[in-house]
Amino acid sequence: MISSSSLRSLLNREEVFPFLVPDIPPELDLSHGVILYLEGISVSFDGFKAINDLNLYIDDGELRCIIGPNGAGKTTMMDIITGKTRPDIGSAWFGQGINLLKLDEPEIAAKGIGRKFQKPTVFEEHTVHTNLELAMAGDKSVWKTLKAKLSSEQKDSIYEVATLIGLKEQIRTRAGSLSHGQKQWLEIGMLLMQSPKLLLIDEPVAGMTQQEMERTAELLTTLSGQHSVIVVEHDMDFVRSIARKVSVLHQGSILAEGTMDEVQNNQQVVEVYLGE
Amino acid sequence: MISLFASLRGDRAGIILLILLLLATVAVPVCNLVVPENSPVHISTFTMALLGKYLCYALLAISVDLVWGYLGILSLGHGAFFALGGYAMGMYLMRQIGDRGVYGNPLLPDFMVFLNWKDLPWFWHGFDMFWFTLLMVLIVPALLAIVVGWFAFRSRVTGVYLSIITQAMTYALMLAFFRNEMGFGGNNGLTDFKDLLGFSLQSDSTRAGLFIASALALAFGYISCRYITRSRLGQAALAIRDQEARLRFIGYRVENIKLWIFTFSAMLAGLAGALYVPQVGIINPTEFSPLNSIEMVVWVAVGGRATLYGAAVGALLVNYAKSFLTVTFPDAWLFGLGAIFVLVTLFLPKGVAGLFKKQEAHR
Ligand SMILES: Nc1ncnc2c1ncn2[C@@H]1O[C@H](COP(=O)(O)OP(=O)(O)OP(=O)(O)O)[C@@H](O)[C@H]1O
Ligand SMILES: [Mg+2]
Repeated sequence: MISSSSLRSLLNREEVFPFLVPDIPPELDLSHGVILYLEGISVSFDGFKAINDLNLYIDDGELRCIIGPNGAGKTTMMDIITGKTRPDIGSAWFGQGINLLKLDEPEIAAKGIGRKFQKPTVFEEHTVHTNLELAMAGDKSVWKTLKAKLSSEQKDSIYEVATLIGLKEQIRTRAGSLSHGQKQWLEIGMLLMQSPKLLLIDEPVAGMTQQEMERTAELLTTLSGQHSVIVVEHDMDFVRSIARKVSVLHQGSILAEGTMDEVQNNQQVVEVYLGE
Repeated sequence: MISLFASLRGDRAGIILLILLLLATVAVPVCNLVVPENSPVHISTFTMALLGKYLCYALLAISVDLVWGYLGILSLGHGAFFALGGYAMGMYLMRQIGDRGVYGNPLLPDFMVFLNWKDLPWFWHGFDMFWFTLLMVLIVPALLAIVVGWFAFRSRVTGVYLSIITQAMTYALMLAFFRNEMGFGGNNGLTDFKDLLGFSLQSDSTRAGLFIASALALAFGYISCRYITRSRLGQAALAIRDQEARLRFIGYRVENIKLWIFTFSAMLAGLAGALYVPQVGIINPTEFSPLNSIEMVVWVAVGGRATLYGAAVGALLVNYAKSFLTVTFPDAWLFGLGAIFVLVTLFLPKGVAGLFKKQEAHR
């Protein structure tokens, strides 16, 4: 027997049944000034804890550097944020309302998180131009992609980015024939085309000359403010040149946080790095 | 429509292929119907049917190239889509026989009467209408592609495992269609066709019409595949072939792209099968045989992957060789096929199309 009250609630047209509520995550809400929350995250691979109770908060518009010895879990952390790896426990929120753990890679990308990989991964058979075009922000559904035509503004923005990353001359070159440093730049360019709110950049200056490194530093600093940027890097000079706040990751959790000087004078950090 | 043809801009090989097709659509029927039989340029009806069959194979090869060359899915089951399209057409042709069968039953095809069936199975209804048949020729392969693709692509099955799944798919269908209870004529398949749209399949003009239809279907298949591969979607497909995971991180739903292109390809294969059946006069479960699907991949490899026109050329070349070899050395074909495949992989990794490209590059 259905009781009369539950019957009434069934007939109540104001009532919206939970299964009818679309499970669409809300748009990015930055009302608290924090763009990324990672709380209590752990991941283990075959019993080995790559991430161990990690807590990390990134402010809107911040440029954060993450350092740490090899195998500290820096790349794994990015894998979790971008949906590639699912944590065993913990929570990951993008702004106030977007639960990253419920989304997959393309959804997370569409919400505004872009990523540059440690090993530069560009589409080698495609030209620089096509690489940038594919990455460009916009509706990436099948039908829209089939019918897509570059507007003149979009063409301009591709050329702008190509100029910015110093690949204007090579715009019709196959990406596979670029140098290692140029590929790094192309990947950063693809990130810019995506115009994400949060950029995750894994070892951007590996394989770059001193000059290229300086330009990268300049670019990343100009990006912060409008975007939030997380940079993972081993090169300490580079980190020093861009960092305002540095987090040290060790054995899957944050060991220390602060300015570069604070961190470098931290006894635990010194031990970790010397102990290597 | 305009953008469909605009995608041919700069595609020299493709334009040549289409012009040759256009010439053939006019010349072959004329040489068969108008030119007197004793003339040296007369084309016999047998040859015309053979050429029409090759055109169907070429369309099939293009559909394989679309998924293999551009999307990186090595489908070893495209024969299933081809055969399903063929069976749909075969069912229509069976219903066209009407009461002219051996048993003279106005509704039931002969094999059903032979099995003592009293009613037409539900899935045979509607196949007395040509428009319905045409719809099924496209929808049935598409449905199979959607179901298989949906499961496989969502669970991110790739590479060899995906090939094995497609191969298993066509093998399972072959076993199913061999069974009499399935209602598709068992191992005899469907044959003894009489008319298509009321035109006798024995008449030369019907044969010429089928040839023309095959050429037009091939042209349509080529242009539409070219349109897809030239679009941004086609670039995304290539990116999937080379770096599938990377594409997800810039926001593309890889599984959806795969599913749509795979399904479109299956429909083209179904169309090829539907045009093939009235020209060869029979469809039976051996069309589902795993070996057939592997042969299709060899056509594409011989012609050159990811060129579309190469696939068509490869299908023509290999099948010409097959027709020749099976007549002169009936037992040698499988060895011949294997040898072709090995030689091409060793000496022409880019297929016949690679030869042309090399020449262009030298200039
Ligand atoms: N998919 C995986 N399966 C098993 N172990 C993994 C996997 N991914 C990462 N690991 C392990 O987790 C640990 C952390 O790896 P991670 O790549 O995150 O380190 P990292 O801080 O980026 O190091 P590096 O500075 O060398 O890039 C390593 O010991 C690595 O071997
Ligand atoms: Mg790393």
